[in-house]
Amino acid sequence: MFIKQLSVFVENKQGALSKIISLLSAGGINMRAVSIADTQDFGVLRVIVNDVEKATAILKDQNVIVSASDVIAVQLKDEPGALAAVLELLSAGGVNVEYLYAFVTPATASGAYLVLRARNNAKAEKILLDNGVPMIGEEEIRAM
Amino acid sequence: MEHYYQPEIETASRETLTRIQNDRLVKTVKRVYENVPLYRQRMDEAGVRPEDVKGIEDLRKLPFTQKQDLRDTYPYGMFAVPMDDVVRLHASSGTTGKQIVVGYTQKDLDMWGECVARMLSAIGAEKKDKLHVAYGFGLFTGGFGLYEGARRMGCTSIPVSSGNTARQLTIMQDFESDILACTPSYAMYLGESAEKAGIDTKALPLRAGIFGAEPWTEEMRKGIEKSLNIKAYDIYGLTEIMGPGVSFECSCQAGMHVNEDHFIIEILDPETHEPLPDGQKGEIVFTCLDKEAFPLIRFRTKDIGTVTHEKCACGRTFVRMSKPMGRTDDMLIIRGVNVFPSQIETVLLQTGQSPNYQIIVDRVGALDTLEVQVELSEEQFSDRVSDISRVERDLTERLKSLLGIAAKVTLVSPGTVPRSEGKAKRVVDKRRF
Repeated sequence: MFIKQLSVFVENKQGALSKIISLLSAGGINMRAVSIADTQDFGVLRVIVNDVEKATAILKDQNVIVSASDVIAVQLKDEPGALAAVLELLSAGGVNVEYLYAFVTPATASGAYLVLRARNNAKAEKILLDNGVPMIGEEEIRAM
Repeated sequence: MEHYYQPEIETASRETLTRIQNDRLVKTVKRVYENVPLYRQRMDEAGVRPEDVKGIEDLRKLPFTQKQDLRDTYPYGMFAVPMDDVVRLHASSGTTGKQIVVGYTQKDLDMWGECVARMLSAIGAEKKDKLHVAYGFGLFTGGFGLYEGARRMGCTSIPVSSGNTARQLTIMQDFESDILACTPSYAMYLGESAEKAGIDTKALPLRAGIFGAEPWTEEMRKGIEKSLNIKAYDIYGLTEIMGPGVSFECSCQAGMHVNEDHFIIEILDPETHEPLPDGQKGEIVFTCLDKEAFPLIRFRTKDIGTVTHEKCACGRTFVRMSKPMGRTDDMLIIRGVNVFPSQIETVLLQTGQSPNYQIIVDRVGALDTLEVQVELSEEQFSDRVSDISRVERDLTERLKSLLGIAAKVTLVSPGTVPRSEGKAKRVVDKRRF
């Protein structure tokens, strides 16, 4: 079970990030999760939104480079070792994690969601499924 | 089958062309000596009498004309006819100093039209075709030059002029333009805009384009041909000599045929002024053979190029010149290394980058810095930072190996590099010397 994540190219200059976020907000897009990876020269903004198609169209229209990719969203309990357990499973299964970040919503009163992108997403998904790790899909994201 | 506008001239033997050139050069030299004070003075100083010039083998006895001479005699000092006979003025943009003014008699305009009509024929244009001219109409020679050609040929000209891209595209569709003429950077931009507007260029009648007035590369040609679904041809000209049509590409797209019955081309070593053999890079120098109002003798263009006298498959006997490979004066000297913007463009296009780039040269302390801003394409973007960094690193390495100095590559969003509807501003040199 995958969800769509939007990745957005952000130039390393004042106001670049703010412009992108404002565009989304003006378009009525609700963000579930946000994370940014930065280098010395540019950044990649990663967001989970309630409407992937609309958000993509808004950004493309303003010449912003954006792409949608599959990521895995795992439901985590709010207790020590919850994240470690997931990562251990993946590591034991020989899966490399490219990046991850977490978010909470009012719906997850006790716990959080972990967004992760593995080098081999399909393999990661299978390991998590086989081990009964709860994941959420696009429908749950929209319904949040 | 190859089309010619004037086959008897365009495929004439070298002997015939030489005879025409000899005859016309003698007359022009006599005329400028009698009518242009600067030429009389220069020739007197060099000890050359008009009668010493009996043909093109005596060309080297004549003094050069420099751009500065045209500024010094601004506005009308180089005109060789009374103002009564001048029917049109054009002027250079003046970006590199005071603008210069050139004039044309009616016969000059006819000759200009003839030169451009030869190109139109060479690329397969017919009378029924509509020529969409998106060069500026004004003092700039681009718009009117192509217009003269279309008129002479009997094509329908659509003088749209430059700017207003949405309108250009509407006219292209509704008026059913067959041939487009504009700067190559604007052609790229039109292609991008058409795609963005969801216009299927394959469904348009447009089949060829005539692009000049700024340097472009083979890679750019491929890009334009693909995005607009046309054949793209190069045209060369300069205000001082006439405007577009001094030389032109034929259907072979293998160098530009110089209209040798009207202009003599020389390729000279910029330092020693010695003529260079076919294939060797040097400064392009032109002499007008039969222009009336503004006939320049041995004008140093500062464009660097080569010529070849090899037979062209199209059957034309006119010598072919290469695209200008840079200028003797736009050469950047960065940390003591000569850098031509065209070299950087070649690397970008070879690696599939956007042709929209900007070179920024600055000096930090005593050290020159070179930055190349490149628009990142959607294909090269990834959610993984390492993939994008690889694009940056790859470009940096290629530039370093080609230029011999390090350049900082900065990836920017599409549409952020300033682009003009006329000449693209490729280089920003912030250094103060």
